[in-house]
Amino acid sequence: MDVITELIEFISKYYSYYINGTLATLQISFFGVVFGTILGIILSLLRMSKTKIINIISTAYIELVRGTPLILQVYLVYYGLPMVLPMPDSRMFLGTFAVVLNSSAYIAEIIRAGIQSIDGGQMEAARSLGMGYGVSMQFIIIPQALKNILPALGNEFVTLVKESAIISVIAIPDLMYNADTLRGITYKPFTPLIIAGIIYFTITFTLSKILGAIEGRLSASDTSSES
Amino acid sequence: MIQVVNLNKKFGDLHVLKGINEEIKDGEVVVVIGPSGSGKSTFLRCLNLLEEPTSGEIIVDDVSITDKGIDINKQREKMGMVFQQFNLFPHLSVMENITIAPTKVKNMSKKGAEEIAMKLLKRIGLEDKANSYPRKLSGGQQQRIAIIRALAMEPEVMLFDEPTSALDPEMVGEVLDVMKDLAKDGMTMVVVTHEMGFAKEVGDRVLFMDDGLILEQGTPNELFNNPQNPRTQDFLKKILV
Repeated sequence: MDVITELIEFISKYYSYYINGTLATLQISFFGVVFGTILGIILSLLRMSKTKIINIISTAYIELVRGTPLILQVYLVYYGLPMVLPMPDSRMFLGTFAVVLNSSAYIAEIIRAGIQSIDGGQMEAARSLGMGYGVSMQFIIIPQALKNILPALGNEFVTLVKESAIISVIAIPDLMYNADTLRGITYKPFTPLIIAGIIYFTITFTLSKILGAIEGRLSASDTSSES
Repeated sequence: MIQVVNLNKKFGDLHVLKGINEEIKDGEVVVVIGPSGSGKSTFLRCLNLLEEPTSGEIIVDDVSITDKGIDINKQREKMGMVFQQFNLFPHLSVMENITIAPTKVKNMSKKGAEEIAMKLLKRIGLEDKANSYPRKLSGGQQQRIAIIRALAMEPEVMLFDEPTSALDPEMVGEVLDVMKDLAKDGMTMVVVTHEMGFAKEVGDRVLFMDDGLILEQGTPNELFNNPQNPRTQDFLKKILV
């Protein structure tokens, strides 16, 4: 009874479950990050709008999403949404859609905090030079805000990779779902789950290292040009 | 050039400006003095609508900028503003700080904007700082760059909001020199300041504000040597010890 040989045997038999699961998890996370960020930027701008009704709606959305469990939102989108709106008949689409809706609310709050952390004098200086609100946001406020929020944003991306495991409840064959399937097939409680855990950790660890490197480069751009 | 008619500004219950009437002529250097809380900064910030007046009218070059539907960005191009806290953009180099508005607002070419910027930098003797970032510069250098950043838009009037108040004393002179130079060139200027020496030397007219009103005005000689209003007398006694 050698643990190592048993492990090798297990992997060589079932590796395709892990590869497919990892690809699905990466795919969901990728779309979650990209569309979550786009929607998050829009939401944060709506939330800071001076028009009261827009402000109330976006604030309500953000608070509701942040105040309810992701698993509930996944069920609502998967079972509920197709009954009221025409939706593509695809688990993958609906699962990813739920993740995007969820992450956009968190990202919106991170971006809002970042924008509001910029000194009001920056906007005033930009406006006094004749730059409009949009131009000032694009070239003066958002670049500075983005640098400030990169750690929080990176954290959110890492969280998203882990949280995406929830969508296994609607039988999307992601890494979590496949590991659980293998647990059922093999009656082994540890091996399938630990391998999944190692893969999750490898993804998130690599991701935070990459984001850390980007952060380092951005802050270097401030100090590198000596006078 | 600028006409202000019955300008009022309230922040909630606080009545900061209580009906200001004023006319600033082309090429004039107007210095605004007064105790803190008198509304002088608010008055200045109303001139380019960084504060929205509660009521009253501001007319710049025969255009009423307090009218709804006016393109305020177009109007602000004509009015440069210099802030107490400099407000340079920290993520941009000195060169980019100066060229961003001309390129993004006036659609000037990058090369053209950089030529203008270099000329302005030479004028204040900081051409070697073109590629530095603001945090590497002293307060005096930052404020001088903030002045030429506004000048790069070729404004018709320059507004100064206590431009030397945040500076170390030894740097006040270099900033005032740039401003004097500008006045000599005939720039229309409105300056809120505590620098009485500057007011005396450069000002064509000095306004004394207190409690949201212009209480007294005149040439520097009239106002400093023969103030009529008791509040002006009191204020000057306190600061000219």
